Amino acid sequence: MKCDFCDKKATVFLTQLVEGQMKKVCLCDSCAKERGVTDPTGFSLADLLLGGVAGAAAPKAPGAAPQAPQGGGRRCQTCGFSLEDLRRVRRFGCSDCYATFTEEVGQMVRGMHKGTTHVGKVPAGLMAMQVLHQRLEELRARLDQAIASESYEEAAGIRDEIRNLELSAKS
Amino acid sequence: MMRFSTLIKHPADWMTGGQGEHGAVMTSRIRLARNLRRHPFPGWAKREQRAAALDMMRPAVEALPAMKDAFSQELGDLTSVQKQVLVERHLISREHAARGDGSAAVIERRQTFSLMLNEEDHLRMQAIRPGLQLTAAFSALSDLDSELENALEFAFDPSLGYLTTCPTNLGTGLRASAMLHLPGLVLSDQIGQVLQAVNKIGLAVRGLYGEGTESLGNLYQISNQSTLGESEETIIRRLERVISQVASHEKNAREKLLEDDPEMVADKIGRAYGVLRHAHIIDSKEALGQLSLLRLGGALGFFPPETVNLCDTLLMDIQPAHLQLHSGRKLSPEERDAIRAEIVRSRLHSLDSPDNPITSRDSTPANDPTNPGDA
Repeated sequence: MKCDFCDKKATVFLTQLVEGQMKKVCLCDSCAKERGVTDPTGFSLADLLLGGVAGAAAPKAPGAAPQAPQGGGRRCQTCGFSLEDLRRVRRFGCSDCYATFTEEVGQMVRGMHKGTTHVGKVPAGLMAMQVLHQRLEELRARLDQAIASESYEEAAGIRDEIRNLELSAKS
Repeated sequence: MMRFSTLIKHPADWMTGGQGEHGAVMTSRIRLARNLRRHPFPGWAKREQRAAALDMMRPAVEALPAMKDAFSQELGDLTSVQKQVLVERHLISREHAARGDGSAAVIERRQTFSLMLNEEDHLRMQAIRPGLQLTAAFSALSDLDSELENALEFAFDPSLGYLTTCPTNLGTGLRASAMLHLPGLVLSDQIGQVLQAVNKIGLAVRGLYGEGTESLGNLYQISNQSTLGESEETIIRRLERVISQVASHEKNAREKLLEDDPEMVADKIGRAYGVLRHAHIIDSKEALGQLSLLRLGGALGFFPPETVNLCDTLLMDIQPAHLQLHSGRKLSPEERDAIRAEIVRSRLHSLDSPDNPITSRDSTPANDPTNPGDA
């Protein structure tokens, strides 16, 4: 049996339950040491399979690195992370993935935390954006109300305001 | 640039700091997770992408005023013993220690701030303080974070907050925790109850060493789990309130033990003293247990108050990687146990026996069984 990371003879074999699935990795002595695998408490197979360990090439373990998207899976335009990757590791590839997989994010976050909307520190440069975002949410809620109560004149005014804000946000 | 040996030679500031709350709260720790916008997260990034992110972050981090003359190393340049020592000091995570080139650790001289670059997230920043000081630790770390913002663009979403590799850290990216020494609650069998109550309000509790409620050295860590939907202040305030309550339960438990069963307490502390002062072979499990009791003795006045700090420093220095570093070579488990005993004996050399009539406490363990003070 060969090491999954180089071509030396594998001497360390690891099996762990990762996200409910059995995963197996074979390593040679030096790769095992390098990756801290010899310390059983300090090691998560998920890291290794995810390539989170420095210097780790894509693991050759079967099923660990699905290349072709299955089931018409979406992919993040920025980093190439696919829906299948997300389902497998329950983590994201880059910050833009959160926009690519909005629906999945919603499902994952529900029940995970005390809330679903951020409260707290905002990067200084983004404060204006945060304020704008809150203002837009407010306006959209008012627009829905206006439409529901058939106050179309008011709704038109709100719609224009939303458009203007969105335009200024893009510039 | 600071060398590894210089960094580690001295105990961290937070290991020798003040001891409020009966010494029950040993340290407070704040961690913030941050990521670079548009860069793939470290676990998904290709080798060059990870290196590019590191090249971007490292100069920004090293340029922080707080990080003047800091220790800064790529993990590939550290030996496994060095990495393990940093783990034992709580300066890097076990996960981070498993990494090599492409990941780095930047640690402030006094070890109060440490930044992990390319851990699970691009940046994991940490501040540690002695005693219960979560608010102070957060405010210092948040300032550092704000300074970094000037140089780095962090991934942030108005509704999800700081974006992290794992959704369990979304929002504030904040993990606040405290390490507690709870021998009173363990000896009086109340620990399970207390930990269960803490767990019920959504906080995580774990033994620092060992699993579940069985913890070696009676050391426990309490931390928040939820990071999204509440502000940093709200999270920290709740945590501080709960931790003070646990600390006061611990204080009550100790007082009650001294009142109900002073002989048992004196016996345990006296035995710990005897073993630690005279053992020539001691494994880490036994040492942790006995040092925990010696520390309790320090807090209860069986020994001078500085004994508490002495124990905290020893708890760190007797761990395997620290021992290897100390002796400069690889040690077999047997050798470790002998060297551990030697270090403990020499550090406690000048510590007086608890039976010496030095204390004026009401509940001084009695040499004389007819001592009326026992009643």
